[in-house]
Amino acid sequence: MFDTAAQLPALPHAPGVGYKPQHFSEIMEDAAPVAWLEIHAENYMGMGGRPLAQLRHLDEEFPISVHGVGLSIGGEGPLDPEHLARLKHLVDWLKPTVFSEHLAWSTHDGSYFNDLLPLPYTAATLTRVCDHIDALQNTIGRQMMLENPSSYLAFAESTWSEPDFLREVTRRSGCALLLDVNNVFVSATNLDYDPKAYIAEYPLEKVGEIHLGGHDEDEDDHGKPLLIDSHGAAVVDPVWALLDHTLALSGPKPILIEWDNDVPDWPILAAEARRAAQALTKVPA
Amino acid sequence: MSTPQNDVSQSAFRAALLDGSSPVPDGLKDGAGNPAARRFDVYRNNVAVSLTEALETGFPVIAKLLGPDNFKHVAGVFLRQSPPSAPVMMHYGAGFPNFLRGFEPLKSLGYLGDVAELELALRRSYHAADSTALAPDALAQIAPERLPEVRLTLAPSVEVIPSAWPIYDLWAFNMIPGAPKPQARAQDTIVMRPEYDPAPHALPPGGARFLDALRRGMPLGAAAEEASANLGAEFDLGALLGLLLSHGALTDINHKEDLWTA
Amino acid sequence: MSKTVKTLAVAASVAAAVTAATTHTAAAMDKEKCYGVSLAGKNDCAAGPGTTCAGTSKVDYQGNAWTLVDAGTCAEIELPAMADGSMRKGSLEALDRDLPA
Repeated sequence: MFDTAAQLPALPHAPGVGYKPQHFSEIMEDAAPVAWLEIHAENYMGMGGRPLAQLRHLDEEFPISVHGVGLSIGGEGPLDPEHLARLKHLVDWLKPTVFSEHLAWSTHDGSYFNDLLPLPYTAATLTRVCDHIDALQNTIGRQMMLENPSSYLAFAESTWSEPDFLREVTRRSGCALLLDVNNVFVSATNLDYDPKAYIAEYPLEKVGEIHLGGHDEDEDDHGKPLLIDSHGAAVVDPVWALLDHTLALSGPKPILIEWDNDVPDWPILAAEARRAAQALTKVPA
Repeated sequence: MSTPQNDVSQSAFRAALLDGSSPVPDGLKDGAGNPAARRFDVYRNNVAVSLTEALETGFPVIAKLLGPDNFKHVAGVFLRQSPPSAPVMMHYGAGFPNFLRGFEPLKSLGYLGDVAELELALRRSYHAADSTALAPDALAQIAPERLPEVRLTLAPSVEVIPSAWPIYDLWAFNMIPGAPKPQARAQDTIVMRPEYDPAPHALPPGGARFLDALRRGMPLGAAAEEASANLGAEFDLGALLGLLLSHGALTDINHKEDLWTA
Repeated sequence: MSKTVKTLAVAASVAAAVTAATTHTAAAMDKEKCYGVSLAGKNDCAAGPGTTCAGTSKVDYQGNAWTLVDAGTCAEIELPAMADGSMRKGSLEALDRDLPA
């Protein structure tokens, strides 16, 4: 197990946003109320050019969270050593405030599917995920945060609930957690459970960051709602309510607004961040 | 209950993911234990649509040449044969030019592969290592009689795409409003990146051969001679050097002390 | 050409190039001028756009049964292959001999 300090990663208890290059000049001019930025690790794995130049400038002004989207921590095969090396290179160079990745798989037999694919919550998955987190934490020399997925279906073979599974992962691997409140809402709707019951079971003391994003609405074969984690719209009111409920239990946390598709103009994204800042003011420190 | 029949391996998941006609694995359920059915399509959709869109944004000229519906079909075939081999999407599509060259229904459009090479080169250039451009007058400080002996270094962002097709003109016709219709001729293209924005330029005759010689470490005089050899037209070294210098394509002159007049 | 003549030719070319070359001013960090190259190949952790039905087409793996419909700009461009049907030689070897009439 990776030897982690007891304290959680140290992003400010304030809003951040997922960084989009089209917002560069506005962010550099006046980012308020945004206090920190998150980047997707894989978009900064080139040798140079504008992406890394912009990142150098942002890094001088803001705490940066690096969010990996392609490591395939839940993959049946071993982690890709080349990708681990790329992550290490980025983390060594940028020295970000925090690093996070997903409870998902995306690579199999040397093919990458550009999506976060679901895992059964079994003893075998637990062992594999913990081994992979251990390998990652040892490679980058720091604690990581693991994010709960959006679920569209369940595995008959699962023997753990997702919060219990995540709690056990933190216990065995020493990692922290990234709680995506929109993902909780999406999964709870899709799989017919109560999102507040999920939050009640969730190890909130391990949470170093919260994600919020928009989702799309569709239907399954039986006409039941099927929510899709598109990050292509504003956060909906029931998710803001679930955030309030979560913060009341957890205390203040760093909160990220994710908006990856149909990216809006900066003022709209900043307004979402302002709403997250307001949610934080309601929480006793 | 977990039974071996219910277990869904990632191989089984993957097979159903890329093939819309194959059944959804049995062990995948909705919240009430019913077969997952259409819910599995969310993943099929994410993979196929996101990779198709990655190809559309990476190969905008191929997409315009083929038209959106044709492109979606071609991308759908390619992404299933060649999903990304690494989780860094900035490099996805390296095999697309050769796929286009070998794809029977597109055989009549022989230029597609080379145009796709140019689009890949633009992406490589965008992400290439930074370098400091040689100031144009650095060459002026070298004694004229020593100039043929200097060796010039190309920036890491420089890409040269030789072609038997007019690929620069094909690119421009689709990307620059008002650019003329391409005429049948062989055309070599250079991509250069002053600061952060790569752009293609047509190379004059002999240009690709000259740049290849520089890459191999040949001195300026010998490279110019190689570029001129068997060239029907005149090799215009001055014009080409001017193009390279004004777009930051040269980064270094070899620094033998005795090459300098001062 | 004698060595002196060649040297003079190179020197004259360099002089012309240096005179003609203009150094570009530094490009702004934020202003994208490169034909969408920056948009190509982004990694995201969002679900793909569209709904459950968008990505489920039953694409034939080989795809050879499909035919190109004249829908893109390729329909406006006539670039015939060589008369004998052969591939034109790579320009690095044979730019001079291979220019189509």
